[in-house]
Amino acid sequence: MKKAFRAAFPHTVPVMMGYLFAGMAFGLMYQQCGYSVWWAGLMSLMVYAGSMQYVAVNFFVQPVGLLEVAVMTLAVNIRHIFYGLSFLEEFRQAGPKKPYLIFALTDETYSLLCSVKVPEGVDRGRMFFAIALLDQCYWIAGGMLGAAAGSLIPFDTTGIDFAMTGMFIVIFVEQWLSFPTKAPALIGVGSTLAALFLFGPEGLIFPAMLLMAVLLLGMRRPLEKKLEQKEGQP
Amino acid sequence: MIYSAGYSLAIILVMAAMTFLTRAFPFLFFSKGRQVPQVIAYLGNVLPPAVIGMLIVYSLRGTDVLAYPYGLPELMAVAATVLLHLWRRNNLISILGGTAVYMTALQVIFA
Repeated sequence: MKKAFRAAFPHTVPVMMGYLFAGMAFGLMYQQCGYSVWWAGLMSLMVYAGSMQYVAVNFFVQPVGLLEVAVMTLAVNIRHIFYGLSFLEEFRQAGPKKPYLIFALTDETYSLLCSVKVPEGVDRGRMFFAIALLDQCYWIAGGMLGAAAGSLIPFDTTGIDFAMTGMFIVIFVEQWLSFPTKAPALIGVGSTLAALFLFGPEGLIFPAMLLMAVLLLGMRRPLEKKLEQKEGQP
Repeated sequence: MIYSAGYSLAIILVMAAMTFLTRAFPFLFFSKGRQVPQVIAYLGNVLPPAVIGMLIVYSLRGTDVLAYPYGLPELMAVAATVLLHLWRRNNLISILGGTAVYMTALQVIFA
């Protein structure tokens, strides 16, 4: 297990930067609604969903019903229903760690797990678990720090959250260079841009994912051929 | 705090349950020892590059290209990250470099 954590840590550094500061922003906002460090920690422990927790702060500003909370959470997190599809087989082999791996499948952890190369001699399931757990620790630490001392940070952190965008970009470039076809990457960017243009920044995720799924399914035959060709090469 | 501790906890529990549900969805439907349908396996293969592309746009969705500074900080930072990565192929250098460019752009150049 120690080996897995040692191998996992360097991969998680960008997430650490992103999560610590994004978590602090959440903790600070939540604390301003009158909730202590422990509440911020509890939410990051149990909910563990970055953008959702920003939205969630609004629930504590003006009274809401639980049904509304449920519907909003579903709407914001609906993109996650696709993430597990890439890990159906692999998580099955992770045994008792599987429920946690599913629980902790955030955007950032998903992208890391998609791209990580497990070194020889390290168990894949353990490495996945280490990445997921480290990421959540950063998120909890950030949230609690923000609630406790967010207003005391001595330097201007404006823009530091770009670290997470940067991580997505790096993974994108790596996949661009290695994936047998560029079409899925282009479909992903294109669909989301189209959804952003048509529906604006608040409502873009659902139409983007729908368009993406339709396009990917429509191009199934040619794309599957490309994937097979690549597999056939030495 | 506008709620009791109990209601606050209830909100958190509802969010936790719904979030877990979205993440568990494919495992609930395709995991009972059955063969995964081919179309689902195909989606699982091609979704990662598409989703990562989506997440890049999603994380920059707040950028206003019609008002000052016209998305230039984002453009500079994305370009810096890509170029650094093509040059050195080192994740940390690319991400730290891109972030530094973005922070400098926001705080100094277009302040």
